[in-house]
Amino acid sequence: MDLRWPRVRRPGGRPRSGRARLMRWPAAVGALAVLVAGVVVAGAASAAGGGGAVHRSDAMLTGAGGVRLDTSYFTAGGSGRRPAVLLGHGFGGSKDDVRGQAESLARHGYAVLTWSARGFGRSGGLIGLNARDGEVADVSRLVDWLAARPEVRLDAPGDPRVGVTGVSYGGAVSLLAAGYDRRIDAIAPRETYWNLADALFPDDVYKKLWSGIFFSTGSVPLESAAAAQPGTTARPGATAPSGTAAPSGTAARPEGTVAAGGQDCGRFAPGVCALYQRVAQSGRPDAAARVRLTALSPAAVASRIKVPALIVQGQSDSLFTLAQSDAMAKALRANGAPVAVDWIAGGHDGGDTEDARIDRRVTTWFDRYLKGGTGVGTGPAFRVTRTGGLNSTDGSVVLRGASGDGYPGLAGARSRDLALTGSRQRIANPAGGAPPAISSVPGLGALSGLSSLGASLSVDFPGQSARFESAALRGAVTVTGAPSVDVRVATAAPDAVLFAKLYDVAPDGRQTLPASLAAPVRVAGAPQGRVVRVRLPAIDHQFAAGHRLALVLATTDLGYASPTAPAAYTVSLAGAGVALPTDPGLRADAAPLPWWAWALPPFALAVAAGLLLTGRRRVRPLPADPALAAVPLQISGLSKRYAKSADRYAVRELSFRVEPGQVLGLLGPNGAGKTTTLRMLMGLIRPDEGEIRVFGEAVRPGAPVLSRVGAFVEGAGFLPHLTGRANLDLYWQATGRPEQDAHLAEALEIAGLGDALERAVRTYSQGMRQRLAIAQAMLGLPDLLILDEPTNGLDPPQIREMREVMIRYAGSGRTVIVSSHLLSEVEQTCSHLVVMDRGRLVTAGPVAEIVGSADTVLVGVAGELPQTLVDKVAALPGVATAVREEDGLLAVLDGMTAPQLVAELVRLDVAVAQVGPHRRLEDAFLTLIGGPA
Amino acid sequence: MTASSAPAPVPAPPAAPAGAGGTAPGYRPGRTLRLRVEARRQLRRRRTMIVAGLLTALPFVLMAAFAIGGTPDGGGRNGPTLIDTATASGPNFAATCLFVSAGFVLVVPVALFCGDTVASEAGWASLRYLLAAPVPRARLLGVKLTVALGFSAAAIVLLPAVALAAGTVAYGWGDLELPTGGALPAASALPRLVVVVAYIFVGQLVTAALAFWLSTVTDAPLGAVGGAVGLTIVGNVLDAVTALGSWRDVLPAHWQFSWADAVQPTMEWTGMLQGTSVSVSYAVVLGALAFRGFRTKDIVS
Repeated sequence: MDLRWPRVRRPGGRPRSGRARLMRWPAAVGALAVLVAGVVVAGAASAAGGGGAVHRSDAMLTGAGGVRLDTSYFTAGGSGRRPAVLLGHGFGGSKDDVRGQAESLARHGYAVLTWSARGFGRSGGLIGLNARDGEVADVSRLVDWLAARPEVRLDAPGDPRVGVTGVSYGGAVSLLAAGYDRRIDAIAPRETYWNLADALFPDDVYKKLWSGIFFSTGSVPLESAAAAQPGTTARPGATAPSGTAAPSGTAARPEGTVAAGGQDCGRFAPGVCALYQRVAQSGRPDAAARVRLTALSPAAVASRIKVPALIVQGQSDSLFTLAQSDAMAKALRANGAPVAVDWIAGGHDGGDTEDARIDRRVTTWFDRYLKGGTGVGTGPAFRVTRTGGLNSTDGSVVLRGASGDGYPGLAGARSRDLALTGSRQRIANPAGGAPPAISSVPGLGALSGLSSLGASLSVDFPGQSARFESAALRGAVTVTGAPSVDVRVATAAPDAVLFAKLYDVAPDGRQTLPASLAAPVRVAGAPQGRVVRVRLPAIDHQFAAGHRLALVLATTDLGYASPTAPAAYTVSLAGAGVALPTDPGLRADAAPLPWWAWALPPFALAVAAGLLLTGRRRVRPLPADPALAAVPLQISGLSKRYAKSADRYAVRELSFRVEPGQVLGLLGPNGAGKTTTLRMLMGLIRPDEGEIRVFGEAVRPGAPVLSRVGAFVEGAGFLPHLTGRANLDLYWQATGRPEQDAHLAEALEIAGLGDALERAVRTYSQGMRQRLAIAQAMLGLPDLLILDEPTNGLDPPQIREMREVMIRYAGSGRTVIVSSHLLSEVEQTCSHLVVMDRGRLVTAGPVAEIVGSADTVLVGVAGELPQTLVDKVAALPGVATAVREEDGLLAVLDGMTAPQLVAELVRLDVAVAQVGPHRRLEDAFLTLIGGPA
Repeated sequence: MTASSAPAPVPAPPAAPAGAGGTAPGYRPGRTLRLRVEARRQLRRRRTMIVAGLLTALPFVLMAAFAIGGTPDGGGRNGPTLIDTATASGPNFAATCLFVSAGFVLVVPVALFCGDTVASEAGWASLRYLLAAPVPRARLLGVKLTVALGFSAAAIVLLPAVALAAGTVAYGWGDLELPTGGALPAASALPRLVVVVAYIFVGQLVTAALAFWLSTVTDAPLGAVGGAVGLTIVGNVLDAVTALGSWRDVLPAHWQFSWADAVQPTMEWTGMLQGTSVSVSYAVVLGALAFRGFRTKDIVS
């Protein structure tokens, strides 16, 4: 049987090594990858805990009496001398169980020797329960062997610097070795016994279930052992308590022993086997058995163990209880040795034995006392693991520690008396001790970790248990230690056996038994009654406010042998109540958060700062140009190329200037770059080259000077769920400017929406949205008004009116830029023109200059105009050309005036019907851009 | 100026102020698009109303379900859940409503509020007018994110608040009965519920930041919302793959139910602290990505 229980699988195992790959694109993926990889890489580094290959060599060494011991020797790193550690294993296990810890210690700079104890694994010999001339002497032989190793540090010739640690059976041998062999320098016994007699026969009551499991493991019939494959080692697993894990046979194996009764004793030494069989059969330990087991225990050499000891004991342990470690700590401290006590959550009953944490603590303990690192902290003198709530992420119980500067013992640093009430009760011991009450069940003890959450297996039978309850607690009480209570027991039977338990009773009546522990009490029979002090099991448990405590004294327990004869006991309280030990010096440790939980947010902040501080070039605000402060717009050398097109320019080397009071027409066919230019002007798009200055200020995204620009570009943009009025209101509020500066009434007049203003914008027609958007652009009467295709979707009267609006707006000294592809529109509205094509400036200037002058005259002619007459006109002096048009004549004058031409035409008998200047922008435009685009 | 009406007289604008300087009078970048203004712009939206309506209705739907199906009797003896204690008291009912909705129901409003912040403005074409107003880009993002988070928080608070009120009316005021056994007195249960709600909000920050970032990348609001919800689901799926082991610790979804640590006899903080750490870290980085991308983005919507 492996007296260690299967390790609890913890979340957050070590991440496999992963090399972080940083992706360059997109930045987003990269940034998140950095975030995740940073965690993982650092996690792998901490999991490895320093590198270094561990060298292992296996050997059969000779123990005491020539017994062959199967050993493994672990070293790592250089050849310098280092302290050694002997690492023992649990009952029923072998050296293989501790290989992981051995490798870890070796990497940490120790020479580590593990061995299978005699009777286990491939080692020879018989199980002597850590007998002085058996297992303990074996350890001395191993120390001898270590002393001869060249890499082991020596305190004196033949005396290596060596520590011993181990769990359960291996922990006991560490204590015994320290008692018998002066060369041992430090020990760390874990979950082990101080006095085996007290552990198996507490208060003279036989702990039958655990004892049975304990002994059956070592006394498996040899037939089944022989059936196992030679050379293999049965793995002690989770099913070990059922006794199926048999030590495998090897050539070195001795014959099994047979006790006096003829019963097969497996690998047990005959004396031990006979003792067990005698006690198990009678159900009651005898004095000889007590003496024998005590002699085998560390308690026998109590006064001789003087080395620093880290004592680790389980709270969920009905086999080796906290009372065992308490006796151990007291004895060692009395010898003057440094002692630290650590109560882990689990134990032999199950639960989390916190191996990783304890392994680390053992390592630091040895660092301090073997390596002599005086600066190494060995942890608190007393630490208790407390169960918090459930971790809802994976369902595990959350553990956290509480630490104190001193170990107060089971009586506590302080004691508090709590009154119990309950009358005298008469209870029955059932014949045969059945059915038994249940406190803990070996193997189901994992549930005891849940006892703080309300899960409890405990069963008491009415009529077979006495019960005394306290009043509801006013405040919470945390009990750390063994409570005690005085009771009077009267019985006519020779003696009475009672099992004392202290329940935590919630207000709703649900009760839990802390750590699922019961303490047996044997009381000599006295018909008139006898007062005994009952020491309840040692626990660390918080009784919450409002809860009550219930003392239960049961006549039976599943784990123990109780008298089989039927009897009646009368039980009553003999004192005021129960004494509760507390340790106010215990302080809760900081919550055991993984390191990354603290590291991640600052790391993320650093990544975020990096993201914000790098990236595309920063905009360096250009200084304002005071010379241009009055110029509404000056564009110079503006170029923009959209992404993914290497050479296709949307706007290329555009330069022009707009003066106050102008109505500037931005003219060009679709795709000429008009809208792109306006977007750059609004700071929505970043130019590749060149600059835009509005009133002397360089335009960049969000430039404050844009507050002087009102724009309507590429259609309306409104919140469809809000009314037209709300849209304008909120837009103006969004600018943050004073309400009276909005000139909302004027803008609304231009929109002319009437009652529709109170409807949601989503109900508007295209034209209504258009008008509302122009009104929005005019809010606050901006100094520069930009209108992109403003007359789209308007009907003719509205178009005419819009023209008026623009002209009058510019008339007040403000400036308007209108983009359009409607030539007649621009011609009728604008004073100046900028003509663009394919992103380039074609021409800029006053409309008249671009369109041409009165030099071209169109003459409407009534009737047919013969070609000869046209030629005559063309031949006139002062006329450059004359061509026949559809219903007349087009003449380009060169020196002649229009009236003179008319006179000449009349003289030539041309039937002049009408004469007018030819100002067709379309022609000029087409000429300028070289034909329809 | 409707087509039927006569053209309105054109107002003659007053003369341009002489020497107006660099900016229009009264313009200050720090006063543009104040939180109140942005909240008013978003509040009347249909999606806001629908989310509020659904979250208000959900407790009553649950209540009707319990009325029809009968009071849960704790049939799940092996794994008691908050559902089993739903009708014990008002606080219990509020906790149950949180339990059933924290996984997905509350993800949607958060993704919705944060995912269409910028994208919907781009879709309406109103974004360019705000930016040309000009609202500085960082301020625009900051204000919009703040308001979106505010709406998200309101949604997350609304559900348990309605549930607490309705549950108290229907089932009475009482202790918070815990599924693991025991009960918390109402006086200490309410602060626990506040912690739960706060943690759920913090846990949703990843979804919020993801949606917000997507919102600055795309012009399609549904794309941003759907993308954020989709990636949140992918996170849940990955978290279900136990083979990932400790890699799952860096998944925000891994910690989404850590608030249950507050609904047990011993308050447990470690899970929530780790979840907060993961959530805030992702949110900070995603938020930085949003600001980094948007500050130089060409607005072509």
